[in-house]
Amino acid sequence: MFKILEKKELSPGVFRMVIDAPRIAKKTQPGQFIIERVDEESERIPLTVADFDREKGTITLIFQAVGASTELLAEKKEGESILNLVGPLGKPSEVAEGIGTVVCIGGGIGVAPVYPIARAMKEAGNKVISIMGARSKEILIMEDEMRAVSDETIVTTDDGTYGIKGFVTTALGQLVERGEKIDRVYAIGPVVMMKSVADATRPLALPTVVSLNPVMVDGTGMCGGCRVQVGTETKFACVDGPEFDGHLVDFNALRTRQGMYRDMEAEAEKEHKCRIGLGRDS
Amino acid sequence: MALSLKKHPMPEQAPEVRAHNFEEVALGYDEETAVAEAERCLHCKIPQCRKGCPVGIDIPEFIAKIKERDFDGAIAKIKESSSLPAICGRVCPQENQCEKHCVLANKGEAVAIGRLERFAADREMAQNRPVEPIHYADDAKKVAVIGAGPAGLACAGDLARKGYRVTIFEALHTAGGVLSYGIPEFRLPKEKIVKKEIANLEAMGVKIELDSVIGQLYTVDELMQEEGFEAVFVGTGAGLPRFMEIPGENLNGVYSANEFLTRCNLMKAYQFPKYGTPIRVGKKVAVVGGGNVAMDAARTALRLGAEHVYIVYRRGEEELPARREEVLHAKAEGIDFRLLNNPVEVVGDDKGWVKAIRCIKMELGEPDASGRRSPKAVEGSEFDLEVDTVVMAIGQGPNPIVASTTPGMETNKRGNIVVDPETGATTKPGVFAGGDIVTGAATVILAMGAGKKAAAAIDEYLKNK
Repeated sequence: MFKILEKKELSPGVFRMVIDAPRIAKKTQPGQFIIERVDEESERIPLTVADFDREKGTITLIFQAVGASTELLAEKKEGESILNLVGPLGKPSEVAEGIGTVVCIGGGIGVAPVYPIARAMKEAGNKVISIMGARSKEILIMEDEMRAVSDETIVTTDDGTYGIKGFVTTALGQLVERGEKIDRVYAIGPVVMMKSVADATRPLALPTVVSLNPVMVDGTGMCGGCRVQVGTETKFACVDGPEFDGHLVDFNALRTRQGMYRDMEAEAEKEHKCRIGLGRDS
Repeated sequence: MALSLKKHPMPEQAPEVRAHNFEEVALGYDEETAVAEAERCLHCKIPQCRKGCPVGIDIPEFIAKIKERDFDGAIAKIKESSSLPAICGRVCPQENQCEKHCVLANKGEAVAIGRLERFAADREMAQNRPVEPIHYADDAKKVAVIGAGPAGLACAGDLARKGYRVTIFEALHTAGGVLSYGIPEFRLPKEKIVKKEIANLEAMGVKIELDSVIGQLYTVDELMQEEGFEAVFVGTGAGLPRFMEIPGENLNGVYSANEFLTRCNLMKAYQFPKYGTPIRVGKKVAVVGGGNVAMDAARTALRLGAEHVYIVYRRGEEELPARREEVLHAKAEGIDFRLLNNPVEVVGDDKGWVKAIRCIKMELGEPDASGRRSPKAVEGSEFDLEVDTVVMAIGQGPNPIVASTTPGMETNKRGNIVVDPETGATTKPGVFAGGDIVTGAATVILAMGAGKKAAAAIDEYLKNK
């Protein structure tokens, strides 16, 4: 059992949980993830470790309640526990000193997994420029945290309610235009966003790393449910990734596979809401 | 009374009923049938059956006890050699092991050794007797076992009985390995059998740390240098699914057998949405492969509501690697065997979902040096089998995660750990290995045998250390 020490709603439907998990906290590195299972009847879902504190023995998860499983997790209160938490899983990000200028792009809730990478890049002595994109101002998360680990932080909103109006690629374009010498780009967020960043950097030959989030079951390489097409090869995101060369990833195939259970997920969500007593009257 | 040349039949659920539920198919002997079957044993002076048992159970002796209605004595005898008899009595391929060597097999059917083992184990389990915990010495040495499958469980049980403090590290949230995620409920009940056997091991004093991926959480070196384990047993199995590497394998609706069976057995997707894990089974399912895993996947698909399930296998009936009993069960339930057919492509629709599997007809050539007839494609014979789900059950390889993080422990070119076949010792001092990670995918009982052998070798190693 893994105790929830803190819980906070960062923006509507987006939660931050600090969890007591000393073994995992001791070993986690930026770019890695965990798989959690709330209770005996729940499915296993992967979540990126958004932060960790080796001394306190805690890890931080940030997630959006988008379906039955994440809603179940969101209903857990401070002091309650999660049944299973396994990790760290996946390969760590390749953080090194002397990379140069690293642009860390987080789209929506993708800011959470980008944060530990940006922090590690900064600690390794690189120049970090962060781009945070959100649909609108009120759903922007972790702005203070990102500013604290970045040399420069640019915020974009689709509707122009804060920062630059437009997408993260708009901001990236402006960096390129002003002649910023970029050595590596990290892009984490919705598939459409990662795809458009990869499409923008490909002609410029800017090394671009993306972190993929396919459906997973075990997270240890035993089932291949998370397989993705990278160049001419099939890779298992849980053990070969989750980070890959964005210029080689088949994003369309990824989106198709992510949708494999869409109708069943809707059914599960309906069932879940019935069980907790929501939506009965509607 | 003349000796019956046939085994007493095993009562089982009728095919038309069981094809739609996940309840156990074979129902087990009652006391009278068990005693009657035990009476078929001739008590050979030099019992051949024992040669065929990878853990060397004293078969004539336990059968004699059943005959005398000393059922407690029978299970005690079995447990001298086997840690998980309720499981082995169910899933061992006895026809290739103990029963193959039974003298009655020359004239008719062998004594039903597996069914009798199962009977004795089930009867004891139903009584829920408390397990005697081990009293450890203050200076008991610590041994780590990686993987809670049959090899690891057998190794841990034996080491604990020898007085070692054993911790099993298991990556999944449930112990059992293939017993929990692979073999379906209808062949091996999870709550009634697997969980109880494992709980008994824990009650005896074996510690099981779930959710612990060795290679990520700790390396083998860290276990030995920082966590105080003086020896390590690696029993991580063959859990890496193989795909055919044909076009269309990443389409929606294509599963590895590991994923398909894990969703169903471990995550209980057959009870979706009560259980949160979904599984996608269409009306027509093709399972590719001819082993036990393929039979399990096909019969599972049927129980999940598929209307038509094909087994697509590139060789013929004779060459099917699955147990005969499983093939017959599958046929009785209506599985459609398409033999001498090999998939060349999975065909998708414009939305990225499977709509057919393209196969080519095969014919068997002359036997090669090994006596195996190799299949050859019949040119121009491609045809499409319309299906909406495909399960690839063409074998598994070793998961590299432990080996790749353990310097000094050699693997062969297939990725299997190299060991001394007598002791299970790897090339790294203090580290032993056994089961599928060494042999490639084999059987539950062979893995248990390897676990027991390694336990004896670890005991020897630690005594002399």
